[in-house]
Amino acid sequence: MASKKTNPDKVTENDSNSRRDFIKKSGLLTALALAPPSLVMASENKWDEKIAEYLETVPLSIEVNGKKHNLNIEPRTTLLDLLREQLQLTGTKKGCDHGQCGACTVHVNGTRILSCLTLATMQQNAQVTTIEGLVKGKKLHPMQEAFIKHDGFQCGYCTPGQIMSGIACIKEGHANSREEIREYMSGNICRCGAYHNIVDAITEVKEGGKEL
Amino acid sequence: MKNFQIIKALSSSSAVSNISKEKEAMFIAGGTNLVDLMKKNVVAPDKLVDITGLDLAKIEFLTGKVSIGALAKNSQVAEDASIKEKYPLLALALAAGASQQIRHMATVGGNMLQKTRCSYFYNTDMPCNKRTPKSGCGAIGGSNRMAAIFGASDSCIAVHPSDMCVALAALDAAVLVEGPKGKRQIKFTDFHRLPGNTPEKDNTLESKELITSIEIPDNNFTKNVHYLKVRDRTSYAFALVSVAVALDLKNNVINDVRLAMGGVAHKPWRLTEAEEFLKGKTVSEEIFRKAADLSMKGAKAYGGNDFKLTLGPNAITEALTIAASK
Repeated sequence: MASKKTNPDKVTENDSNSRRDFIKKSGLLTALALAPPSLVMASENKWDEKIAEYLETVPLSIEVNGKKHNLNIEPRTTLLDLLREQLQLTGTKKGCDHGQCGACTVHVNGTRILSCLTLATMQQNAQVTTIEGLVKGKKLHPMQEAFIKHDGFQCGYCTPGQIMSGIACIKEGHANSREEIREYMSGNICRCGAYHNIVDAITEVKEGGKEL
Repeated sequence: MKNFQIIKALSSSSAVSNISKEKEAMFIAGGTNLVDLMKKNVVAPDKLVDITGLDLAKIEFLTGKVSIGALAKNSQVAEDASIKEKYPLLALALAAGASQQIRHMATVGGNMLQKTRCSYFYNTDMPCNKRTPKSGCGAIGGSNRMAAIFGASDSCIAVHPSDMCVALAALDAAVLVEGPKGKRQIKFTDFHRLPGNTPEKDNTLESKELITSIEIPDNNFTKNVHYLKVRDRTSYAFALVSVAVALDLKNNVINDVRLAMGGVAHKPWRLTEAEEFLKGKTVSEEIFRKAADLSMKGAKAYGGNDFKLTLGPNAITEALTIAASK
């Protein structure tokens, strides 16, 4: 399949910049085996730059808030960066970017996780729900309503993560007392200190018994 | 983060053979520690082998033991009804670690392989023998509040951060691994190691070996157990000191006992001498205090963590008292 023009050693010989080094390391042939025929053809037509760009990315099929996306992403792209930078879903917040604050909490296949520590490429065919996916038509989600009613925020930066986590907290069966809610919400930090009101909001939604 | 190649392994043997081909390759599962380390450039693999597709997430109750797959999620194990009933100490320790979001992502195997949270290890501008051999230890004479009081060396005073591992050390678990040379079993207390002159090695896994499962033998520690974790905030923080206690009591007499500490050494710290002392004795605060004092033999602090010399025995006494009263 690979012509002489795409011999990885030859590419490296002719051009020693970092992109070429990367191609050598990552194995051009393996990547080409996965490439669609049009790109193989492109390589035969010496569209080196385009190929190099393609080879640094991997295909990803992912469903976000009910919408399917077929994308090409760099393997190092986190789910958080994918949502914010490529899908323009900026409701999910980047707080610490190191798994310490919970602002990036989203649901993947129904489970709350930290999108900043999740490599998007490892979420092939996953169903992701973000804060943008909660609203039904123009109707806010009961947890969103409760946060407004109980003033569960001040600056609002941690709120999308708090709401996603709060919904999961109830669904998991960990909202049976204020104490339990505080423990199972401990991964979501609020610098404004709205914790008391957040617990009020989650308690009300839990006691409301609505399907979430 | 440096870019990398990632491939998905379809079997544990293909995972091992794939990783064997490249020097700078690593396995990835939950990624909660590895992705963070890669963002900070503490590790920079050229290639990742994604093992999340392997059939290694089952919890199986076998004759005389339970087998927990390396890919079982921390929350899955912590909330399993039979684990809670038969191995409650493990469930308690798991629930004390990280946050629910992280427990949903982190696997049992990954929990064991997580790196120390010593701040010098994470800061690439600082010396750290564990991260960069022969570069020195910033924590000795530096900021060392979290540091070890047992088994440390002149090269490294970092502690292993896991809660789960403290319970597994106490429960005499075994680690099953698969590597280029085949399959083998490692005693849990031999899995993690002390730093010595080679703190870059956290454990006794050989190059390219993959953890496939852990096994815990059945025991009588179903009631009087406790995991006491002392930390800077009530939840979602690493332990300053933690204590895992399992008591098998008959008419208030200690028939059998297991004791281990976290946050005090480069590995989960089993307190065998205190265990031997307690066996056959009747429960009392006095003997718990004596056991705690016995446990501190050989402890050494480094300034910032001097408080652990007092906190340690107090935590042991407290954990034993709580476990006995359940």
